[in-house]
Amino acid sequence: MGILARGDDSVEILKIKGLKKTYGGKTVINGVDLTISRGEVAVVLGPSGCGKTTLLKCVNGLESHQGGVILFNGQPLGEGGLKWTLARQKIGMVFQSYDLFPHMTVLSNVMLGPLRAQKRAKDEVYAQALELLDRVGLSDRRDDYPRQLSGGQKQRIAIVRALCMNPELMLFDEVTASLDPEMVREVLDVMMGLAKRGMTMLIVTHEMEFAKAAADRIIFMDEGVIAEESEAGDFFKSPRTERAKRFLNTFYFD
Amino acid sequence: MGFNWGFIVKFLPNYAAAVALTVKLAVLGVSLSAVVGAVCGLVLYFKVKVVRTIVRGYIELSRNTPLVIQLFFLYYGIPKLGLKLSGEACAIIGLAFLGGGYMAEAFRGGLESVSEAQLESGLSVGLNAWQMTRFVILPQALSVAAPALGANCVFLIKETSVVSVIAIQDVMSLTKELIGMYYNTYETLAILVLCYSLILIPVSLAFSLIERRLRHAEFGD
Repeated sequence: MGILARGDDSVEILKIKGLKKTYGGKTVINGVDLTISRGEVAVVLGPSGCGKTTLLKCVNGLESHQGGVILFNGQPLGEGGLKWTLARQKIGMVFQSYDLFPHMTVLSNVMLGPLRAQKRAKDEVYAQALELLDRVGLSDRRDDYPRQLSGGQKQRIAIVRALCMNPELMLFDEVTASLDPEMVREVLDVMMGLAKRGMTMLIVTHEMEFAKAAADRIIFMDEGVIAEESEAGDFFKSPRTERAKRFLNTFYFD
Repeated sequence: MGFNWGFIVKFLPNYAAAVALTVKLAVLGVSLSAVVGAVCGLVLYFKVKVVRTIVRGYIELSRNTPLVIQLFFLYYGIPKLGLKLSGEACAIIGLAFLGGGYMAEAFRGGLESVSEAQLESGLSVGLNAWQMTRFVILPQALSVAAPALGANCVFLIKETSVVSVIAIQDVMSLTKELIGMYYNTYETLAILVLCYSLILIPVSLAFSLIERRLRHAEFGD
């Protein structure tokens, strides 16, 4: 059950059809079909090695795919379609290990994409960067280098870095997995705020409580395919597949 | 036998000229080797087809043959093929040939130290290949490669002492000549040591400053 009734079914922002990904003979994604509507928050769950991260990286072309198509606003991505460098300006991504540029200040990290890739005016980007940093409570750290920040702060900056590109879709790849427990919350709060503002998000996470609270839809993956796809409330209350039941059970203690 | 100050004063102008030449060879030789090294390092890093095999061969050849031999080849060997180069040109090309191989390996090491995660991070904000190289890869590669590049510079400047084997009036050959003519071994060698120290110590200091400046962002003070 999402926090708001979101997701306008009439506006498909992302449509994946028959996606296949192989690594040297090994099939990692074996025919995935997935549609995300504008404003929807979809959470991808599944055991490690099931292809969740690979799926996300296929969406913005960090991983190549060997079959199927990815449509963004109806336009195919990659070879013969919208160039990846352009697609990535509309599809933001946040990674597990933050991966801020260590040789740049916080502000330079945030402004690099908008200034260089999007070639926007400096004043405008600066104003937006400050506003976004302020929103995550870090505008006073704008001149610091990443090494001076905590993990949670770095991850919030990484989210801002992606947001400053004005993306239409945000991909989150286990963004709290390498954080200390007390820092997980500050990052999830930022993501929750984004969900409330209507950002379209595709999230890979192991934070079940967060998934319950934020997701409109749960996509459960196993061995390279979508094993189950349901409303968030339904999935946690009564998962349909045996595999999903076993997966959910690993998170509970009697 | 005391230290002959008069001798030193007499030949000071010769030493000044010789130092100037050594510095000139060093500056040109090192700069050229840095350019050669940077290009070769990028070729290896981006795995440019065919060219990279040539580059690998060049690096092995340049690093595994003595500079003296390389200079002899340029100065005495090449003219037989009809291309006559001046002593200075041979010295500079020789240094660039030798240094290029070492610099290439230093650059490659720095480039390869930039993590996959950094590359994905840069790509994810829509940077193209050129922007990736300029803003994400090179700055990080240089800060890692800086110590090796600095050491190579100092090494190459010291290697300039070898160019006295071909007809060039650098500090080393001037010293040998003066010893041959006057037998003032003590004074001439003392000045020789002083000359190289005067050139190299500032260079070393400058490099540790540059290194600190480059690494400041990532590693602090």
